[in-house]
Amino acid sequence: MMYVDNQTARLRREVMIRVARAFLDGELAATIDHIPLAMRPRASASSRCCIFRDRAVIRARCLAALGLPAEADDELSSLADYAGLAMARAKPEGPLLSVFDVACSGCVPSRHQVTNACQGCVARPCTLNCPRDAITIRDGRAQIDPEACVNCGKCVAVCPFHAIVRLPVPCEEACPVGAIAKDDTGKAVIDFERCISCGRCLRACPFGAVMETSQLLDLLRALCAREPAVALIAPSIAGQFPGTMGQMVAALLRLGFTQVIEVAEGAEEVARLEAREWGERMAQGESFMTTSCCPAYLAAARKHVPELLPHLSSTPSPMRLAAARIRGERPDVTTVFIGPCIAKRQEAMHDANTDLVVTYEELGAVFVAAEIDVEEQPERALADVAISQGRGFPMAGGVAAAVAHYVPADESLRAISIDGLSKKALRQLKAFACGKCPGNLVEVMACEGGCVAGAGVIARPERVARAVRKLAEEGRSG
Amino acid sequence: MSVILVEICCGTTCHVMGGGDLEELASHLPAAVAGKVEIAGCRCLGQCRDGAFGRAPFVRIAGQIHDQMDLARAVELTVAAVQAAGRGNDVR
Repeated sequence: MMYVDNQTARLRREVMIRVARAFLDGELAATIDHIPLAMRPRASASSRCCIFRDRAVIRARCLAALGLPAEADDELSSLADYAGLAMARAKPEGPLLSVFDVACSGCVPSRHQVTNACQGCVARPCTLNCPRDAITIRDGRAQIDPEACVNCGKCVAVCPFHAIVRLPVPCEEACPVGAIAKDDTGKAVIDFERCISCGRCLRACPFGAVMETSQLLDLLRALCAREPAVALIAPSIAGQFPGTMGQMVAALLRLGFTQVIEVAEGAEEVARLEAREWGERMAQGESFMTTSCCPAYLAAARKHVPELLPHLSSTPSPMRLAAARIRGERPDVTTVFIGPCIAKRQEAMHDANTDLVVTYEELGAVFVAAEIDVEEQPERALADVAISQGRGFPMAGGVAAAVAHYVPADESLRAISIDGLSKKALRQLKAFACGKCPGNLVEVMACEGGCVAGAGVIARPERVARAVRKLAEEGRSG
Repeated sequence: MSVILVEICCGTTCHVMGGGDLEELASHLPAAVAGKVEIAGCRCLGQCRDGAFGRAPFVRIAGQIHDQMDLARAVELTVAAVQAAGRGNDVR
C-alpha cells in the first residue's frame, strides 16, 4: 500500500482546492475551465506523456470534484456547463467511484517476470522449484512461459539474485472483493454489482485513474446557503490536522457550521445497544454476532457472504444514531458527516437523516480555499464531550472493546477482530458463518487498522491512532 | 558545533498537501546527522498565498525555504545542510 501522501493524492487535493476556491470567490462558472491550464501551463513539466494528457485528467478530476462521474463527460460541454449541472442538483448522486480510462495506464496483467538481474547461474533454483516447469534457460537467462506460470511465487523466493519480480495490477490487488478488473481493452473497470465502496482502489492506483465522486460542492453550497448546518465529526478527525480538538471546533464554526457534534456520542450508544443485542442473541443460543458499524463490511456481507447476514448486529451505525438525534431535535438542519470513509456515502444515500458525507481530504481542501488555518483558531469547547468508549471506535479492536465494556463481567464474551477485509478475511468470515467461529463477538473493519486508515484521510494512520487514543483518554467515563 | 534548524510549516495548506508526513523526519535522519539538527513545527510561512498552494508543502532548512517537499527530499536537504555547516566549521 502506498503512503497516504503521494503525487496522485497531491494532484487530487490541488484540484479540490482550486474548485472550492473558485466557488468561494463566486467565480466557479467563469474560471473552472482555466484549472487544467493553470495547473499544466505550456512548457511546464508533465506527470504523464505530455501536458495535454495531464490536462485531460485534470479536467476529469474537476468533474469528480463537482460530484460528477468522469465517464459522463461528452468532451463538448465546458466545465462551466457541468458546474451549472452540479449547482442545480438537489442532492449528491452516485456512482461513488469511477475509472477514467484516459488516466488508466492499462497495467500489464499481473504476472511474474525475469529481470535483467538474472545471471543465468549454474544452480538454477528457479527451474528446479517451479511446480509447472514454466521456467527454461534461453540465451543465458531464465524465461517464464506465461501460459504455464500459475503465479505461485516460488521462483521469486529462491532466486539468489532477486532477479524475478512479480508485477501486480495495483487496483485489482487492493480490491478485497474482485470488483475492479481490466476489460478487453486492458483498462480497469469497476463492477458495481460487486463493489463495496471501500475506496481502496482510489488509494492504490499509482496513476490516479480512480476518481471519487466528491460532495465538496454540495458542502460549499450548504454552508453558503446560510441555513443551519451541523457537523457530525467522527473521532478519527483527531490528528488529521495540526491543532487541537477545540481549534478544530472553532475552524468548523468559522467555516459556517452552526453546531459541531461528536459522532462518538452515537458510537457509545451503539456499544450499549450492541452489548444488549449480543446478550439477547447469546441467550437464544446463537453462536456469534458481528458488529455492524462498518458500511463497507455490511456491503461485503450482503453482496459476497450472505451466510453472515443472520449474524449481523441490527443496531444502526453511530452516524445514523447521531444524525437521527439531531434531526429529532431540529428537523430543519442540514446534517454533514465528516469522516475518513467513502462507503459512508453509500450508507447516507439510504439514510434520510444524513444529508452529506464529507471526507477529511475534502474538508482540508475547503479549509485551504477559505484560508482557515486550524492551528491559528481560538479554542472552542465542544458542547458535549463524548464518552471514551465511543471515541475509541475508529481503531481496530475499538468497537469490540467498547461493546465488551458494557457486557456484564459474568458473561463469557470472546471477542475477535477482523482487521481489514481481504479475500482471505472474507473466506475466514464465511467459515465463521458455517460454524467455525472461535469467538462469539466478531468486530469487522474493512480498512486495515480501522477507520483511521480510511480512504479519505489526510494524515498517516499511525499518527491518527495516537491522537485518537489520547482523545479517548480525555473522554467522559461511561 | 552549530545546530541546523529545520522548520516544518504547520499551516493547513502544507498539511493538506502532504506536509503531515514531514513530521516523521526525525526518525528518517541518519544517526550521524540527527544530533546536529533541531526540527520544529512553525506557523504558516506565508508561501501558499496567491494561488501557490500547488507548491506546498514548504519547509525552511537553515533559513532557506524549499517547496514541494516530501520526506525523501527533506532528508536529503537536511543532510546536505549539516554537511555544508560542518565544512564551514572544520577550518583547521
